[in-house]
Amino acid sequence: MSQFLQQLINGLSLGSIYALIALGYTMVYGVLRLINFAHGEVFMVGAYAGYYAAWLLGVERFEAAGQNFPIYLALVVLALAMGAAALLGVLIEALAYRPVRSAPRLTPLITAIGVSLLLQNVALLVFSPNPRRYPAILTEVRFEFAGVIVTNVKLTIFVLATLLMVGLHLLIQKTSWGRGARATSANLDAAELMGIDTGQVIRWTFATGSALAAAGGILFGLDQITINPQMGVLTGIKAFVAAVLGGIGNIPGAMLGGILIGLAEQFTAGYLSPDYRDAITFLILIAVLLIKPQGLLGVVRTEKV
Amino acid sequence: MSKSPALRVVVFVTLLFALSLAGLALRANVIEYVQRIVLLAGINIILAVGLNLINGTTGQFSLGHAGFMAIGAYAAAYIGVLLGPLVEGWCGPGLLADGLTLNLALVGGAFFSACAGLLIGIPSLRLRGDYLAVVTLGFGEIIRILFTNAEFLGSATGYFGNEPAGLREYTSFFWVYVWALLVVVGLYNLTFSQMGRSLVAIREDEIAAEAIATPTTRLKVQAFVISAATAGIAGGLFAHIQAGIRPEDFRFEKSIDMLVMVIIGGLGSISGAVLGGIFVAVTLELMRDLAQYRLVIYALLLVVIMIVRPRGLLGTRELFDTWKKKSGPSSGARV
Repeated sequence: MSQFLQQLINGLSLGSIYALIALGYTMVYGVLRLINFAHGEVFMVGAYAGYYAAWLLGVERFEAAGQNFPIYLALVVLALAMGAAALLGVLIEALAYRPVRSAPRLTPLITAIGVSLLLQNVALLVFSPNPRRYPAILTEVRFEFAGVIVTNVKLTIFVLATLLMVGLHLLIQKTSWGRGARATSANLDAAELMGIDTGQVIRWTFATGSALAAAGGILFGLDQITINPQMGVLTGIKAFVAAVLGGIGNIPGAMLGGILIGLAEQFTAGYLSPDYRDAITFLILIAVLLIKPQGLLGVVRTEKV
Repeated sequence: MSKSPALRVVVFVTLLFALSLAGLALRANVIEYVQRIVLLAGINIILAVGLNLINGTTGQFSLGHAGFMAIGAYAAAYIGVLLGPLVEGWCGPGLLADGLTLNLALVGGAFFSACAGLLIGIPSLRLRGDYLAVVTLGFGEIIRILFTNAEFLGSATGYFGNEPAGLREYTSFFWVYVWALLVVVGLYNLTFSQMGRSLVAIREDEIAAEAIATPTTRLKVQAFVISAATAGIAGGLFAHIQAGIRPEDFRFEKSIDMLVMVIIGGLGSISGAVLGGIFVAVTLELMRDLAQYRLVIYALLLVVIMIVRPRGLLGTRELFDTWKKKSGPSSGARV
């Protein structure tokens, strides 16, 4: 029982990281019908931005003195990283995706793969391939209840991810920008005819999705202790599978899918074998494509010529 | 191309003869380094033309052909080690036995790759092409992880056969280019057959193609299986060039190399794929010292080509189209 609870807690915190990243995939797919392959790399750059922001704010001085990094500075780190990633997302959209927006659908896909490779390999050159220990912007505190270990890091991941997702939900449902984004997602051309600045909507979609990915990157760094320039590849694919599982283009679906993927991965690692933790994601993907291609919460869209 | 069957046979035999002469000349006169580039260029041609069938002609998108290549390579290496002594015992050592073993191994490798292609293609090709990209990407990684953990195939150290000397080097210039020729001519004929036309229809508009009773899923799966089989052949030839194969040889970067070959040449152009294959083989060797910049350059190339010339350098045209127009009416309208 305690093992089950332990895996459940670990799965929930891992899953909320996946959910944060999956939101970016699903939002971009919603408005542009594009699998943004570079999103995993934005997540990686976000994690590195957090690393450098923490370094700029003097995290090692606190570490050397044995003090905890103040919470308000940790929030500044989070904000800086989210801002940097948002900027990167908007830049990618403007430089790479906008010129090919009206091209046949394969063209933006190849562009996205190119951007992803470019960011990853530039990161390998700039940050070096060696993994780096993530700065302790949150000092770990362990609690134990009946054999189940809960750390404040895992709790923070879960709470922060939930807060960000609630924030996104309010943004999409309650603001006029959100209404424009929903309209654009339903039908880009019709939205444009209704006077919605779709270019603006697309830019902000990239900015929001990228900022959430950066938050995911910092939480991932805290959870996994180290980061490296290739961390975005596998995590990005898993988050994409989460988006597909929930129903791509559907925002609550991405959250649900992320949590489910995180749980599936943890339970596979815990009860079967850690070797299969990456394989289970792909099995889920293939099963979804075979049984319910529109995903759990997605609606079937009929395509027209 | 020649019209009468007799003429075709004559052309084919002459080509084979020319190939074997060229192979002999190459072996005698050219340093080993260049020989290796020429062999790799031939293998790349097979890879690029095969991938072009699915990524270019059909407009679907595979990012995991390194996985099919790995399956073909491991299967061919294993079969080569298994059959090598048997075939030699049966018809004596020599060129005949080597050629026979190599071809049996290649056919075996292609068979296993095709089976894997069928297994991956059926679930993912029922949907639109961009899902295939993600499924094949994951599949390529899973295959590599499986080979890294397969003890009877040497795990992460790689497969070197049973002997300490490693795998036999069956692959020769002659066989690489015979297979390259077979694949190019075969896929050329396929592309301009009825099936090829249907594949182009799927690329241009899948829903419209379905509306005029094109069995889109079945054709996509068939094209995917053929494409996987050619990658398997290339993998088999690749395995028998060297003393051993390692899972590291078939990383994701290999799939990207293949993508670059197809896109540089032009999505949907066979002669373009041939040129792209040669280009990548040569640049790969020339940029050996700049290995860490190679993928940065390839990535930039992908983005820039997509923005400037979205259909690749040649587009869907063939190199000899211009020449053909002068000599007579074209064989048909090209999309």
